[in-house]
Amino acid sequence: MEPLTPQRLKELEEVAARVRARILLAVHHAGAGHVGGPLSCTDMLVALYFHILNVDPNRPDWEDRDRFILSKGHSTIALYTVLAERGYFPLEELFTFDAIDSRMQGHPDMTKTPGIDMSSGSLGQGLSPGLGMALGARLLGKSFRTYVILGDGESQEGQIWEAAFVAARYQLDNLTAILDYNGLQQYGWRNAPGEHMFPPIENPAQKWQAFGWRVIETDGHDMAQFTAAVEEAQTTRGKPTLIIAHTVKGKGVSFMEDQYDWHARVPTQQELVAALAELGQSDLLVISQGGD
Amino acid sequence: MMTTYSLGKPNQDIVAETLLALARQDRDLIVVTGDSRGSGKMTAFGEALPDQLVEIGIAEQNLVGVSAGLASTGKKVFAISPACFLTARSLEQIKNDVAYSDNPVKLVGISAGVSYGALGSTHHSLHDLAALLAIHNIDIVIPADNFETYHAILAAATHPRPIYLRFGKRPMHHLHHSETRFQLGKAIILRSGGDITFIAAGETVAPALFAADSLEQRGISCGVISMHTIRPFDVEAVINAATTSRALVTVEEHSVNGGLGSLVAATLMEAGVWLPFKRVGIPDEHTIAGSQVEIFKHYGITPEGLAETALNLLNGSRGNRFPASASATASRPAANPPASV
Ligand SMILES: Cc1ncc(C[n+]2csc(CCOP(=O)(O)OP(=O)(O)O)c2C)c(N)n1
Repeated sequence: MEPLTPQRLKELEEVAARVRARILLAVHHAGAGHVGGPLSCTDMLVALYFHILNVDPNRPDWEDRDRFILSKGHSTIALYTVLAERGYFPLEELFTFDAIDSRMQGHPDMTKTPGIDMSSGSLGQGLSPGLGMALGARLLGKSFRTYVILGDGESQEGQIWEAAFVAARYQLDNLTAILDYNGLQQYGWRNAPGEHMFPPIENPAQKWQAFGWRVIETDGHDMAQFTAAVEEAQTTRGKPTLIIAHTVKGKGVSFMEDQYDWHARVPTQQELVAALAELGQSDLLVISQGGD
Repeated sequence: MMTTYSLGKPNQDIVAETLLALARQDRDLIVVTGDSRGSGKMTAFGEALPDQLVEIGIAEQNLVGVSAGLASTGKKVFAISPACFLTARSLEQIKNDVAYSDNPVKLVGISAGVSYGALGSTHHSLHDLAALLAIHNIDIVIPADNFETYHAILAAATHPRPIYLRFGKRPMHHLHHSETRFQLGKAIILRSGGDITFIAAGETVAPALFAADSLEQRGISCGVISMHTIRPFDVEAVINAATTSRALVTVEEHSVNGGLGSLVAATLMEAGVWLPFKRVGIPDEHTIAGSQVEIFKHYGITPEGLAETALNLLNGSRGNRFPASASATASRPAANPPASV
């Protein structure tokens, strides 16, 4: 991996702001979709696809590419947007999100969309195919690495832990799971009306360490810190790594941050305008209205 | 003049209202959710009766297993989760902990069929009837409108066996007259007709009924049956329809394989009844993603599409084999199957 220079970091941050705006534009246009989860993992997806992953947008099926699985598939509009910004397909296609006959359906379908390495949408399934890919790389003698983004709510699914157990047993140090630890799921547990809700999972570090994984904690919105964490994972030998990325659901738009409501809410025109202004991306709004 | 049908609520809203009303009277009624409280419209229930709602988190296998255990202690358990996950991820818990072990859990599959159409195949439940029909000891109910939903929930609450109820999230038209009665296992004849009968279930009953209305206008006598209970199956209603109309069309929000259409076909063959027949549903292909309305349109599950299917079937069979027969006895097999089947 190249060093992440301050200049490059600034560029990536600009990409991330644009991606956030395009996510909101696409969901607004479609009249449906998830918002909080996609904004939560945007910075990590940008860092991965623009800096970390060894991929080639012109050859999405290149056999030596690094693999990536968005196990929390409901956040796919973030992945589509990052792939489009990276050149996998035209940016205009994002406006077909959720439409019939589109490659941009509500959850990623690897048989349809270039750049998607694994279909997902049913939570809890993504780590197992990631494990399979990592095992495949080892059996083939290939050096590609596999990355899987997990949701913290998603971590309630048993299959995640079945995969966690076996990945450690095979000492798969070419597998990195990234926990989007934003502290919210869709509805969660309510103690009593109006009271605090439990986080989706408590003490993930302890749990994953107990399963035999190396655990690294980082800020999932600080691309420099996140990249450093991935570098550490890459040099870890003999065990898979879990990066606990501390994130904020709805990150980047003040009124969407840390709100259960914004899990899957469509911004009104007014909210869209306000959000794009906050992101410094109001120019994109003009373009979208022209293209609507 | 075309009959008009007023628009009601989404069936899921009726499920929520009915369960809340029942649970206020019955402390043994428990709702179990899997981070699906809002999608299942159970937020008000949880706020009103927090001790009667158990939240399991995003863990459908656990949800079904826990529900089975609760039911074994005598609780009336409604386990609520999107139909796609409930009947796929936790199929084995349904098979072993609920059906095989005879724990009378009421499994409520929400946003069923292609209600979550645009979310893609992970979110479609087009396999649930086929999967559950191959498992012994679980009844299956697919209410068509608010009336059927209300009565299905009432019936489920006291049902002695495991039961699966399947609901969508779109507001449904009121399809029934005030004198209609609802009984599990007994199909509702919405109208009878000598030319063709639609046998539909759930959210496909409405388009079938609208298709029948428009065909009547064109002088074609059309029957419509709401086959709200898939198990136990109302064999008599099917045979009656087959022997009183010239052709049958089944309509379902499910794969054409293994669901209502397959069940009707098998029922007829075994009874020795043969007539022009067409299954309308989701064909065996990589299902398109789009809204439920768009997917229905794509696969011809619309009043126009169904009317056209009916006409093609009738035209394909015109003049041959079976004049309209009012007798309830089985027809004789034809020498050649019609081209359109
Ligand atoms: C197996 C399964 N159960 C339920 C859902 C419905 N669902 C979609 S997103 C979501 C909440 C996910 O929470 P989390 O993993 O924390 O993601 P984030 O908060 O980052 O969006 C739920 C329950 C699903 N997609 N798959």
